[in-house]
Amino acid sequence: MQTRLQEMKESALGQISQVTEAAQLQDLRVKYLGKKGELTELLRGMGGLSPEERPVVGQLVNEVREALEAAFSGKQQAFEEAALFAKLSSQTIDVTLPGRPVPAGTMHPLSRIIEEIEDIFIGLGFEVAEGPEVEMDHFNFEMLNLPKDHPARDMQDTFYVTEELLLRTQTSPVQARTMLKKEGKTPLKMICPGKVYRRDDDDATHSHQFTQIEGLVIDKKIGMSDLKGTLLTFARQMFGENQQIRLRPSFFPFTEPSVEVDLQCFNCGGNGCRVCKQTGWIEILGAGMVHPRVLEMAGYNPEEVSGFAFGMGVERIAMLKYAVEDIRHFYTNDVRFLRQFNRG
Amino acid sequence: MKVSYQWLSEYVDLSGTTPQELAEKLTRSGIEVDAVESRNAGVSGVVIGYVKERSKHPDADRLNVCVVDAGKGEDLQIVCGAANVDKGQKVLVALIGAKLPDGLNIKRSKLRGVESQGMICSAKELGLNEKLLAKDQQEGIMVLPADAEIGMDAVSYLGLDDYVLELGLTPNRSDCLSMLGVAYEVAAILGKEVVFPQTELTENGGANPIQVKIEATNESYQYHGRHFTNAKIATSPQWMKNRLMAAGIRPINNVVDVTNYVLLEYGQPLHAFDATQVADRSIVVRLANEGEKLVTLDDQERTLDEQTLLIADQTKGLAIAGVMGGANSEITGETSEIILEAAWFTPKTVRRTARMLGMRTEGCVRWEKGVDQARVQEAGERAAALIQQLSGATVSKGISSAVVSEATPAVVSVTLTKINQHLGTDMSASDVSPIFERLQFPFEVAGDKWTVTVPTRRGDITLPEDLVEEVARLYGYDNIPTSLPSGSSTQGQLTKEQQLRRTIRHHLIGTGMNEAISYALVHPDRVEAVAGLHQEKVNPVALMMPMSEDHSVLRTSLIPSLLETVAYNKNRQNHDIAIFELGRVFLTKEETLTQLPEERLYVAGALTGQLLTQNWMGAKQPVDFFQTKGIVESLFARLGIQAAQYKAVQDIAGMHPGRTAEVWVGEKRLGYLGQVHPGTEKAYDLSETYVFQLDVTALIDVAAEVGHYNQLPKSPAVTRDLALVVDRSVAAGALEATIREVAGELLESVTLFDVYMGERIAQDKKSMAFALVFRHAERTLQDEEIQQVTTAVIEALKNNTSAELRM
Repeated sequence: MQTRLQEMKESALGQISQVTEAAQLQDLRVKYLGKKGELTELLRGMGGLSPEERPVVGQLVNEVREALEAAFSGKQQAFEEAALFAKLSSQTIDVTLPGRPVPAGTMHPLSRIIEEIEDIFIGLGFEVAEGPEVEMDHFNFEMLNLPKDHPARDMQDTFYVTEELLLRTQTSPVQARTMLKKEGKTPLKMICPGKVYRRDDDDATHSHQFTQIEGLVIDKKIGMSDLKGTLLTFARQMFGENQQIRLRPSFFPFTEPSVEVDLQCFNCGGNGCRVCKQTGWIEILGAGMVHPRVLEMAGYNPEEVSGFAFGMGVERIAMLKYAVEDIRHFYTNDVRFLRQFNRG
Repeated sequence: MKVSYQWLSEYVDLSGTTPQELAEKLTRSGIEVDAVESRNAGVSGVVIGYVKERSKHPDADRLNVCVVDAGKGEDLQIVCGAANVDKGQKVLVALIGAKLPDGLNIKRSKLRGVESQGMICSAKELGLNEKLLAKDQQEGIMVLPADAEIGMDAVSYLGLDDYVLELGLTPNRSDCLSMLGVAYEVAAILGKEVVFPQTELTENGGANPIQVKIEATNESYQYHGRHFTNAKIATSPQWMKNRLMAAGIRPINNVVDVTNYVLLEYGQPLHAFDATQVADRSIVVRLANEGEKLVTLDDQERTLDEQTLLIADQTKGLAIAGVMGGANSEITGETSEIILEAAWFTPKTVRRTARMLGMRTEGCVRWEKGVDQARVQEAGERAAALIQQLSGATVSKGISSAVVSEATPAVVSVTLTKINQHLGTDMSASDVSPIFERLQFPFEVAGDKWTVTVPTRRGDITLPEDLVEEVARLYGYDNIPTSLPSGSSTQGQLTKEQQLRRTIRHHLIGTGMNEAISYALVHPDRVEAVAGLHQEKVNPVALMMPMSEDHSVLRTSLIPSLLETVAYNKNRQNHDIAIFELGRVFLTKEETLTQLPEERLYVAGALTGQLLTQNWMGAKQPVDFFQTKGIVESLFARLGIQAAQYKAVQDIAGMHPGRTAEVWVGEKRLGYLGQVHPGTEKAYDLSETYVFQLDVTALIDVAAEVGHYNQLPKSPAVTRDLALVVDRSVAAGALEATIREVAGELLESVTLFDVYMGERIAQDKKSMAFALVFRHAERTLQDEEIQQVTTAVIEALKNNTSAELRM
């Protein structure tokens, strides 16, 4: 009996593995496990076994049944999977067709630079100040140590609206306004991005409207080394952690001493190339220690506090960073230009 | 300022420092050198020759055959085409093997059968700047003075073996508008001495007959007159011409050249008059009369006013002080008696006059920035000595002077503490004193304090901070350490308004729009081509002196600039445009501004063509009113602006009267959106274009942040659809408003999901289908309750809008 069971199992498993259609599988199931199936038949024959043999054979029968059922359901599942696969295969699409477009706009390159610079200085504890674009002569010039007959103040560069009102030529008047608002309180740390206007004929490198970012720090014991450190921190965050800066003496009426700040050329890393005119350095901003007269006029005592200020041209930075050769691109807004600023 | 390296080396020892090294050192310590240029544009193998013979070429009328002694032992035969070549001339000869700036290499050649062993050169062929050549040297070959040495290399004769440093001076460093000023600076950098030029002369004439009087004592502080007789006006020697040309000044004659030479050397503008044209040899420095006229050296008649400072005699004006001389007393070839003026005028008066007359001479540039009052007379004496030397003039005894006041040097103090605190350095006294010594600033030290007597040539130094700068730049900025401000910390953050502006920008970018930035100055005809948001009449802020009409008034609406941008793009085959701008407009009611205009921040957008790129999945979907409105609505949703109302308006200038809506929240008008008026579209040459314009400050006023969340409902919702047939003129908004009002609190949402006009309903009707979702927060709604509400809604719709349920 045990031998027969064993043989039946072998033969059934062999047949199941050969089955190629679901209907055949069902027939086999009936043949072996059905009510009149072979295994059932065998079970019936167990009555003739001795009480010692019965449990042994019973267990064997169960084992065979389980083995067969596992084989049947395995085969069944394989058939179902094949059927499903066949069905899904018939639903094949061309995955190389383009996806349904999702609109994606772009930020203006000047806005990108402004937001980036704002975020760097916010991280350094600066607030973002603002002021009017139509400004009083008083704030644009006089409060910045540029009295009416100052040689550095060239009438030709300024768009006047009236004798006393003008389009601001720099964002520096916001410095003066912010200082007055602070009423002598320290510390003051601000930057001011904004549009400025000068009488320039528009060409590849000049624009009658452009964008500046001005910075100002006033506190007790501020020194030129703080200016250097702050600008180095900015340069490294903006242009890479190995950046170096270089200060060169210069002149602005509202700072003393005044410096131009050069950045190591990010095109060649300081080795000298076309971008930096072989010098390895690129002039990026003007800065200096706030002139004592400017402090005084804005209600600070230059004996007690000192400060530094800096200013940079956003277009210049954008032109360097994105290798834009013509400043007019920023204002003609050709969408083929604008759409390139779509990453990062 | 153009500085000849060779010339500079006369005043300060430059041995061991190349022109390029000098440029780098100057730049790093505060005088920026824009360029270092060799004066030699590429000349070699050119020498001075003597034309011994000249004969006509046998076969060519225009050519000459010259026999030239070029110091080579043998005479050269050179064929020359210049009309002005002649026997007995000293000329420049390019020998065989010579190279010229235009790339020409001189070879032995035959010209119409006659051998030529070189070429006689013009000034232009040697790369000399034509504008700086005397008129008679601009045509034909360059003829040299008889004393030119045969065989001498042209490069050294013309001073081409020199470099010119072009200084880009900041307005405070006008002291470096002179060779001596630069010499002081270089001496300080290199730690060398300044060598002064020779000013000695021989007073070999009679008494100085000049009378000098300063009447305008507020405008002129000094006037010194030297008197010369027997001067011979001629061209200057080559060395002087070379230096003037290196500095960019055209040589004229020996006397005028001396005034220019000393102008460059001392930074002191001088003027020479033909003394015979000065009545009674009497000079008055006075203000002009209103309307007084003077013909200046450039033969222009100038009309002066009461603030113009004039150099005059008793009868007439002779020169506009500091600006330009008069033609009446010009030095000419016949002049032999000369008055040399060395004077001091205030920067303000010269600047004003120069500007009024639109003149900007080398002298004006220096006057405007301030001339050293302490060296006026010294410069005059230097020029007098040179005039005597070059023109052989007899110098009358004595200087006729009028002096109102003399310069007093500023005395400025600074402490070591101040220096170190201001720079963040740790210098000692032994670092600082040598710096003042190198600058040749006399000083006294007491404790840690320096009291410095600043030479008048450095008028820019008046404050302790100015001394700190001198120390810093010579100490070297590279030696200043880096640190960060160490005071109490500050919170850096954007204000709520600044943050929301960014939200607006980022959101619109997310809808697929490109941010644009356009010019705020626009053409007055287009400033209101599409109206702004102001509700009262405004006057655009206009510039006093615009550069062009296109940019002459400040914008009052953002849309016209955006339409220009759309047109610009359309002309470049960019047909699908969705742009927006965040920018200010400038509003005033005043005709002439007496106060600042109101600046308001608007956000505006313009869309045309398709928002999404054409794709394989469907037909083109051109932008329309509802696409535009969808963007505006999504922005409102992002800003938490609820209950915005859209009101059809017909009277916004430049907008389509049937396709424009104003947006309101309560009593606040946020802006408008709609289609640009077809007439305006045509004016800009645009296809159908949709725009919106919103007042950002108003948006921010009504914006709301996310507050507490609403608990998720525990009870189910019930939906009822209502299809309503109404007259076509009935607005969807009116139906929705009625539904919301009548349905009350149980109504969770109402959504319009279909609008139908067509065959299946009456011609003048439309059908609108709404989905109404009802929910009670606490319990499940009963059918009867919902039935009751919907019946009331339908009843109200019937009454208000004659709506019928569509069966």
